[in-house]
Amino acid sequence: MSKFITILEGLDRRWIFLAMAISVAGPILYIGITGKTLPETPTPTARAVYKEIEALSPGTPVLISFDFDPASGGELTPMATSLVHQCAARGLRMVFIALWPLGPQLIDETIKRVILADYPNLKEGVDYVNLGFQSGNESVMKVMLTDFAKAFPITKNGVAVGDVVALKGIQRVDNFPLLITISAGYPGAKEWIQYVISSSGGKIKMVTGCTGVQTPGLYPYYPVQLNGLLGAIKGAAEYESLVNSSLAPKDSSAAIPAKYLEAQRRMGPQLGAHLLMIALIILGNIAFFAQRNSKVRATS
Amino acid sequence: MKPSKTWVIVVAVIVVLVGIRMSIGQGMARAYVERVDQSVEVKASDTHGASTEKWAEWHRVAPKKFEAAQMADPSQTKFVFSWANTIGLWLAAFFTLAIFSFLYRDNPGYRLAEAVIIGVSAAYWGVIGFWDSLVPKLFGALTPALVRDEVLPSLPSPTAGEVVAMCFALALGLMLLMRLAPKGGWISLWPIAFIIGVTAGLKIVSHVESDLIAQTVATLKPLVQPVLSPESPEGGWLMWPTIWASLRNILLVVGVLCCLTYFFFSVEHKGVAGRAARVGIMYLMITFGAAFGFTVMGRVALLAARIEFLFDDWLWLIDPAGKRIVEVAAAVGSILG
Repeated sequence: MSKFITILEGLDRRWIFLAMAISVAGPILYIGITGKTLPETPTPTARAVYKEIEALSPGTPVLISFDFDPASGGELTPMATSLVHQCAARGLRMVFIALWPLGPQLIDETIKRVILADYPNLKEGVDYVNLGFQSGNESVMKVMLTDFAKAFPITKNGVAVGDVVALKGIQRVDNFPLLITISAGYPGAKEWIQYVISSSGGKIKMVTGCTGVQTPGLYPYYPVQLNGLLGAIKGAAEYESLVNSSLAPKDSSAAIPAKYLEAQRRMGPQLGAHLLMIALIILGNIAFFAQRNSKVRATS
Repeated sequence: MKPSKTWVIVVAVIVVLVGIRMSIGQGMARAYVERVDQSVEVKASDTHGASTEKWAEWHRVAPKKFEAAQMADPSQTKFVFSWANTIGLWLAAFFTLAIFSFLYRDNPGYRLAEAVIIGVSAAYWGVIGFWDSLVPKLFGALTPALVRDEVLPSLPSPTAGEVVAMCFALALGLMLLMRLAPKGGWISLWPIAFIIGVTAGLKIVSHVESDLIAQTVATLKPLVQPVLSPESPEGGWLMWPTIWASLRNILLVVGVLCCLTYFFFSVEHKGVAGRAARVGIMYLMITFGAAFGFTVMGRVALLAARIEFLFDDWLWLIDPAGKRIVEVAAAVGSILG
């Protein structure tokens, strides 16, 4: 036992890095080869996101803000895919904007992955539109509260917003009954709550998918100021399973496309990494108490 | 063993493994593109007549599409191998491994990747700042005809108020640049004061509305929260849902009061105040633990995404999206059943 404790005390941290790499890579290989994923039970915050979107009638405009960049894509891309998947299936009018400079490219990728691939009947400019990026952070939100066209005068493709059918009837941001933000930091979900939701007098509802780092800071806003919350990859996997189960074809033998299982696939590596961390914490505590006891014995 | 020798061995092992992988089956890490012809009708104007502009776009496609097209017609040119995309793929894999290599030890590969990230980010921000801020907002207001002719044909005409506002913004911007001048640096203090004043004004109002008032209202919960039966609301309270809802509210109110007590330093933390502060510390510790757990989850997801990229796009070991016709994953999967 004492030899084991001595080894633990002098363990090079690079062995822990290697163990973490194996615990993450192993499940990725297994899931990638077999195609099996872990079952998910949606929590109330994920179910709330689904219900808010499902409550809207077809043709209702929704504002979808991509407030992230590829650095957070591992967590947020699966959420973006599932959110657009549900909105497209519901027949909502999707107005995409970005307050992060790399957002427009991510919007285009999501449109290509979901709308162009699976909903080819939806027309650009009519059923959905990408308004691109606007610099200015909170000031863009404040301008949208009074004049939406002033904040986003042209689409990403250079068309004046007055000529876009998808924006018919939109003068201010509170003309959208629902705001969806996929958020990785500043500006993001917190700023939308502070500058738009608080000032709109309850006219707009908001749901968000955010990174794990942001999630604890957003929980206090749920459910009064924030109507639904997808926290980190776990929230993404729960919501993904919910959307997949509701949109599954009648023929249950048909496989769900891999792009709609991205978050659930990433829960395997999560399990491996978390089991390793729990084991390391237990081992660390054993080593700590053993060391303390030996010191006490030595002094007595 | 000397560090340089270790790195030579590590790189040699990686090169040998990649070489072996390239010789198995279809190989690895190749990118293909599809030619998509585009055209747009240009309306006649004062300076030019009506015309049709044509161009070709190359869209990235799965290797499966290229293989299928080649099998159908070996002389086809719609789907082709893309050197640019393939080199980009290998560079992405190299930089991913270079960044990971820091976990072992600092090395030139890591420093190169770090320098490239910083350089690319700075350049990207510069380009974005010019094309998304200066061109449509500043030049669009001060020289709208030029911007409309050369860059953004649909740019709406600026109002007189917008032109004045942009002149003011230009003046403040030039004043801010005075920080770089050898003399007159104090001039930059004026725009900095303006920025701080406007930001503070915006933030104070929003914080008071959303964080102070709304959060206080959200904390004022009844300690006993009756939950009625949805089938027969007159039928009385549901026992367990009522208990859980009430417990949740009690924990919330107690937690807020105890955490506030912990941060209240005008009273010594002894007696009731001391016990409340200790409960507050427990709440804070649970909060920090939850935050740490979420952060770990986020970081593991990012790590998983990079490893997925290496296994799927680069090494072609797995193929969850079915991008290739025959691959290692299918062969191993058939063995595993």
